[in-house]
Amino acid sequence: MTPEPLIALEGITKTFGSGAAAFQALKGVDLTIARGEFMAIMGPSGSGKSTTMNILGCLDVPTGGVFRFRGVEVQKLDRDQRSLLRRRYLGFVFQGFNLLARTTALENVELPLLYRGESKAVRREAALRALDQVGLVPWAEHTPAELSGGQQQRVAIARALVTDPDVLLADEPTGNLDSERSVEIMELLRRLNAAGITILMVTHEEEMAAFARTIVRFRDGLVESIERGALAGEEHPA
Amino acid sequence: MLGTSILLALREIRRHILRSILTTLGIIIGVAAVVTMVTLGNGVTASVQEQISSLGASNFIVFPVRTTRGTIRPFEEGDVRAVRQQIAGIKVAAGSVSASVTAFTNGQDWDTTVEGGTNDLLEAQSVKIAEGRPFSADELESGKSVCLLGVKVREAIFPPDANPVGSQMRLDDVACQVIGVLEPRGQGGGGADDDDVVYMPLKTVQRRFKGSDNLEYFVVKYDPDYAATAIQQSLVDLLRERRLLQAGEPNDFNIIDTAQINQALGAATGALTAMVAVIASISLLVGGIGIMNIMLVSVTERTREIGIRLAIGALAREVRLQFLTEAVVLCALGGLVGLALAFAASFGIAAAIDVPFVFDPVINLVSFLFAAGMGIVFGYYPARRASQLDPIDALRHE
Repeated sequence: MTPEPLIALEGITKTFGSGAAAFQALKGVDLTIARGEFMAIMGPSGSGKSTTMNILGCLDVPTGGVFRFRGVEVQKLDRDQRSLLRRRYLGFVFQGFNLLARTTALENVELPLLYRGESKAVRREAALRALDQVGLVPWAEHTPAELSGGQQQRVAIARALVTDPDVLLADEPTGNLDSERSVEIMELLRRLNAAGITILMVTHEEEMAAFARTIVRFRDGLVESIERGALAGEEHPA
Repeated sequence: MLGTSILLALREIRRHILRSILTTLGIIIGVAAVVTMVTLGNGVTASVQEQISSLGASNFIVFPVRTTRGTIRPFEEGDVRAVRQQIAGIKVAAGSVSASVTAFTNGQDWDTTVEGGTNDLLEAQSVKIAEGRPFSADELESGKSVCLLGVKVREAIFPPDANPVGSQMRLDDVACQVIGVLEPRGQGGGGADDDDVVYMPLKTVQRRFKGSDNLEYFVVKYDPDYAATAIQQSLVDLLRERRLLQAGEPNDFNIIDTAQINQALGAATGALTAMVAVIASISLLVGGIGIMNIMLVSVTERTREIGIRLAIGALAREVRLQFLTEAVVLCALGGLVGLALAFAASFGIAAAIDVPFVFDPVINLVSFLFAAGMGIVFGYYPARRASQLDPIDALRHE
């Protein structure tokens, strides 16, 4: 008996707008993602990869189909229930880092715990642990403006990690970084994946996708191909 | 969550300190204006009431006025006695004369007023003796040269450690013996100082300073159980009869009911205070609109931040609470600054215009709550807008 996959997409469609202006971004996507996966989602712009990512991140709901996350049918949940799902199980890393300006790295990392109602002491301890995972404890009291792009992205990863999520969703996490910083970030993601976190990453760079276990390619709102067990990154010693 | 929201709000306010100050200026000025106006209004009312109660509560003051004949017919002791004896409900009726004099002692001099009266006058005017004794029957009867000092006069011409009771002093060229010092009565209105006075027996002042038995006015204190209008009517009837006024001739005297003045002045200052407070409230309202404006700007400016918060799992109501808290904290801080300003301003102005400073906790509390309430009213719409943003769009916002 195969265990229930962590994530299952069945016949997912997504239509934006209505009538003549309607645009079908997803035309029936089927995808299952097992716990511990490190998946890169690729595809040209307009292929539906970002829309899929938004649905996987419970930020958006599909127009049709079934999206099961931990056995729960997410498309049936309301806005606040999806917020609670994100708060509890998901961590986000964005291309633009999206840290709060004029707020220290430590406070940025503490932010998700604030919404969990954790005490100040718990928040601080967990945030420092997360910053330690990304090697930024000495920078805890610095604001984003005082950090390099690579450091900002590592703070963002620490923020995603601090709640100990099941899934880390990374949307072009290296899009704003030079190749050296990008490799650093990817190696960090690999380490986190090895520690048990499921990672879903959108990227358009083959070199970055090579770090993932599985590469899913989108085209015209459908899954074009799935390359499992790529593990190209194994060649790079971590 | 609320405590955290307040901390977050304070941090956000500190981050944009200049903008926060400018935004709340309307609230600050509004609260300061309302509270200052009401506080000063209360001070003026209190001052007027104090002045009137220094005339004595439930009193009539009766004084002669010029008529068409062009003369002033003064009252005499006989009129006062008749009022006392013939009208029911009269507790005290006492005449008075006064003169401007210079008081001398120990080489000091002080320009003041000598008031001639009996112990009844002191009672009717609510004048109390702090040290010494009232006039004796003999002193009143034979017009002895004894005096009771108001505290202002006592301070002006006697050293602070000396007991003036028993010592001699001079009023113009009339020598007199100090038999007592009065309790302080405070500031009257219009620059008059109720403590800057010397009391002597009525007859003494009439003989030594005025050279006549006339009274300038007399005070009638009545039993508050009796109807003031009935007593006033009896007074008018009796005095017209004594002054031989024909029917149809106007009264050649005037009766002032201190209770009525009290009420009328209280109503007038109350109405004035209310009017000014309403005008000041408009500035509060304008301030509130300023808050809404800046909160809307803030929501737009922080769209991405809102997106981040929503993405990491903030509920709509948590985002709403955050922005609402920010608006309320901003308004409440503005309110507090306004109260502090109002305290300083009304304290200073009260001293400058010579009215007592009457701290009114109710208006302070109400203004503060009103200011905070403005935060809820004018912060709600921007907060709601923030909470309804779509996280995907908000994250894409540049």
